[in-house]
Order: sequence, then structure tokens, then C-alpha cells
Amino acid sequence: MSSKKIGRGVAIVGTGMSKFGAFPGKATRDLFVEAFQDLRTSVDKEFDPRDIEALFIGNYSSELFEGQGHTAPIMADWVGLTPRPAVRIEDACASSGVALRQGIMAVASGFHDMVLVGGIEKMNNLPIAEVTEALATAGDVLYEIPAGFTFPGFYAAIASAYMHQYGATPESLMLVAKKNHDNGALNDKAQFNMSLADVMARKIASAEKKGRPIPEWADEMAFLHDDRANPMIAWPLRLFDCSPVTDGATAVLLVSEELAKRFTDDPVYIIGSGQASDSALHDRKKLTSISAANLASQQAYAMAGVTADDVKVAEVHDCFTIAEIIATEDVGFFKPGEGFEAAEEGLTTRYGPKPVNTSGGLKSKGHPVGASGTGQVVEIWKQMRGEAGERQVDRDLDIALTHNVGGTGQTAVVHVYERR
Amino acid sequence: MSERAFTEESFQQFLSDGKLMGSRSKETGEIFVPPRPMCPSTFSMDMEWVELSGKGELAAFTAVYVGPMAMVDAGYDRTNPYCSGIVRLAEGPSISAQILGVDASQPQTIAIGTPLHVTYIERGSDDDARFYLAFAADISD
Repeated sequence: MSSKKIGRGVAIVGTGMSKFGAFPGKATRDLFVEAFQDLRTSVDKEFDPRDIEALFIGNYSSELFEGQGHTAPIMADWVGLTPRPAVRIEDACASSGVALRQGIMAVASGFHDMVLVGGIEKMNNLPIAEVTEALATAGDVLYEIPAGFTFPGFYAAIASAYMHQYGATPESLMLVAKKNHDNGALNDKAQFNMSLADVMARKIASAEKKGRPIPEWADEMAFLHDDRANPMIAWPLRLFDCSPVTDGATAVLLVSEELAKRFTDDPVYIIGSGQASDSALHDRKKLTSISAANLASQQAYAMAGVTADDVKVAEVHDCFTIAEIIATEDVGFFKPGEGFEAAEEGLTTRYGPKPVNTSGGLKSKGHPVGASGTGQVVEIWKQMRGEAGERQVDRDLDIALTHNVGGTGQTAVVHVYERR
Repeated sequence: MSERAFTEESFQQFLSDGKLMGSRSKETGEIFVPPRPMCPSTFSMDMEWVELSGKGELAAFTAVYVGPMAMVDAGYDRTNPYCSGIVRLAEGPSISAQILGVDASQPQTIAIGTPLHVTYIERGSDDDARFYLAFAADISD
């Protein structure tokens, strides 16, 4: 497959996100207004939203979660941007990463000069059992779901194959959760902006207050092995291996490269994009890798003219802890089977040589399914511009990457970013 | 048998007859389980039904403690988890199925590579009744 060129350059000149969490009484449109307003404050120079020419909104299933279809024009309406064209993009958990790609294509091709891309999801309207059923529709309902698979179940099966092949253990996975909570504790937009130690302290305080037996965990690993505090969901994945159920919205402002400096002296350029599709999990050649993500990253690197070694910071799709480990291999940071060792050695902490998910990842920040892809871009924007506060990676971040997966890898989309 | 459309409806009908069926490309000989109407390699619709031996081995699995409503209705819960897995069939393709004959409450005892044979679970009643594909661990003599 030949590597495509990006056409004219595309730059990010603003990003925004709502807080991620559970917000009774707020609908996707309300969260999107919050993301939009946050984006407006992020644009360094003067910016008239009326210059936006089109909207590309990722959303997995407002039908199932809110009973609301046809959501893109509602978002356009609520942020005052009708009658501009607005479209919803759906590729499960990759919806807004793919929306970003559609926006890139619109600008790179010359069709539009400025577009708004973003994502929305409102998951907390439904009880958890119904959320689980809604998420299952991202799998193959004819041939995977009747087997009893849930989404944690799919990734747990991937973990069983990975552990069997490479000798990883559930403890390797737990380290990813610890790292992402350590990062998320420093992200005030994160749903669980607390470290595991913070979680433990709260549970101890709550037990004291209620006169219950005080838990005695020696450390975080002991906590993560506690069947009551960290129950098994789908072996080997426990509660803290799974990203939460989240409401949230995110937004990114794209302009053509030649317009970028009108809005900021410090734009983030998108220099590579890759996307791939794949079959249901049982039809994959390898169960220990998400081949669509590997392919998407190769395309993105080829378009960008960089390699995995050039990437200084990345946000990858940690819907489950095992997904992060495999992601770091699929995008070429580590060799197949070495991702878990890299996690064990701390190579992917914000102090390590390959910082991954400094935002807290989906695990700690939250996973509002359709909004997560462009949510990753918000972190990359902040990190590259030195605006990530206490979780700032202290290094020159010239090249960055986002990796966003739909389902178990039926869709994967990867972007590469450059700061000049 | 050869004239049935290569759809999930047909696959289900065969399951209710106790048969695991796939479609085979007449041009390439490749077998697809579940059945496909079109060969993805040649784009040809020249397919035929083939019955599988039902033998396979466990390629990946999980023990599910928090299942969907259909499995809760079937009697599974946190104290009675079930095993779902991916089975590599002897003929080559792999498929998702519930795995029986293993101890889902002791998942560390379940081994990838376990030899399996096909079986069928009927759930639901009257109009809702349908058969589910499952594989059971071979009992060693």
C-alpha cells in the first residue's frame, strides 16, 4: 500500500474538553457547549467561531444512551453554528479519532479552511447493566455476543492469549492502572483524578466513618489484589483494569497550515494519519496484537516521515490495562511481547523515556466512548505547548502520537503531531 | 442443504439440527465459520455449505463474573461465572463460543490449547428459544 501524502498542511489551534465524570441532568449537548467554551479559551489570539465551516462529531450511540439520534446538528445548534454542515461519525470507541481524520481530510484537501472536530458521549443515564448491553453492540451481535462475551470479556480473552504467549501476569497489567492513576491525579478534568493511594485513603476514611472494619492494605498492589475492593469482572481483568463509564465531550479546532499563525504562534501540526479496519476478534490472525492499530500507525508514520523512536509522548487507547500494553507494541514503541516488561520497568511513566497516557489515560480520566479520541488530542496539545501543569513531561516534545481503537480493534486510527 | 442462503438464519437452523456448518469457497477451498455468502479473497458468490467436525482447541478465554442480562437469566452471576472463549477449529477457522467442562470459578486452571468438541445449548422458551454454540472440554480417558 503506497503511503499517501497529506495534501496541504493541517494545524490544531485550539482544544477543549468538559470535565469527564457522571453528570445527572446534563445531556450531550450541554457537555459539548462546555467543551466548545473550553476550546475558545484555548485559542491564543482572537478567534470568531463563525469562521468554522463544518463540524465532524464523534459519538458512539446517543440513540442507546439518550434515545437521541441525529445528534450532529443538535451540537451545531447548541454552539450557535447552524447552518454549517454537521455530521456524526461512528466507529465505536474510535469515533472521534476518526472524526479528527475526516476533519483533516476536509482541510488538507482544500475543501474547508477551518473545521471543528470533536466527540460526545453520555453514558450515565442508563443503569450499568444496560450500559453493558449498549457497549456490546460494538461487537459482532450475531457471532460474538451470543458466546457470552462482554467488552471486558473480549479484552480479558486477549489478555489470556498475551499472558500465555509472553509470560505476562495480572500484576503486569495492574502497574498500568497505577501509572495512569498517578497521572490522572494531576488532571483536574479527569473523572478519577486521584492516585490509587488516594482511592485507598478514601476507602479507609469511609470505613472509619461508617464504623466498618478498616481495610489493611500494605500497598497499592495489595489493594489491587483485594477481591472486595477490586473485584474480578472478567478474568484476568478486575474493576481497576477497566476504564469507567463516563459522560464527556471534547473538541479540537483545525485550520489549514497557512492560517495557523493567525490564531497562535504555537500551533500543533498534524503530519500523519492512518486508519484501518479489521474483522471480529475470532477472525484475527493474532490475538496478542491489534493489527488494525499496527497498520494505522505504519501509515501515519509513513505520511509523517517519522518512526516510533521519534515519538516523545503518546496517548493510547487504554480501555483496559492490557489494551495499553498491546498498544505500545502495536505502535512500535516496544517489540511484541516486551510491552509488559516496559510497563514493569517504568518506561512509560511521565518520567520514563516513553511517556504514555500522561492525561491519566481512559482508565483514570474516563472513557466517554465517542469523545475519547479527540480527548487524547487535548492532552497532546497541552503537553506539546508546555501547558500540562504538574503532569508536564519535562522534555522537548516535538513529535507526539495518538492511538484510538474501536471495539476490540475492528477500527483503529493513529495520528502523528509535530511542534515546530 | 446446498441451497440455503449463507446467513446467520441458516447457521442458526443448522445449530438447532445439531450441526456446525460453514461456507466454503468453491474456487479457493477456504472455509468460513460463521458462513459468508461471498469469498473475501475472490469476491465470488460461488460458495457451498460444509459441515465441520466440531473438533477444536481453546485459543483464548475469559471467565465472566459480570455478564449481560441474557447470561444472568441463564443463571450465571458473580458466584457462578461462565467461560467464553475463542476456539480454533481443526479445519482452520476460529469462532467465539461459550466453553463448558472447565471450571470458570478457577480460571487459572483453564489452559489454552485444551482440546474441545462442539455442543449446543438451548436457552429461552417458546418463540424465544434458540440454540447457542458451545464447546466442551474433551474428557481425557
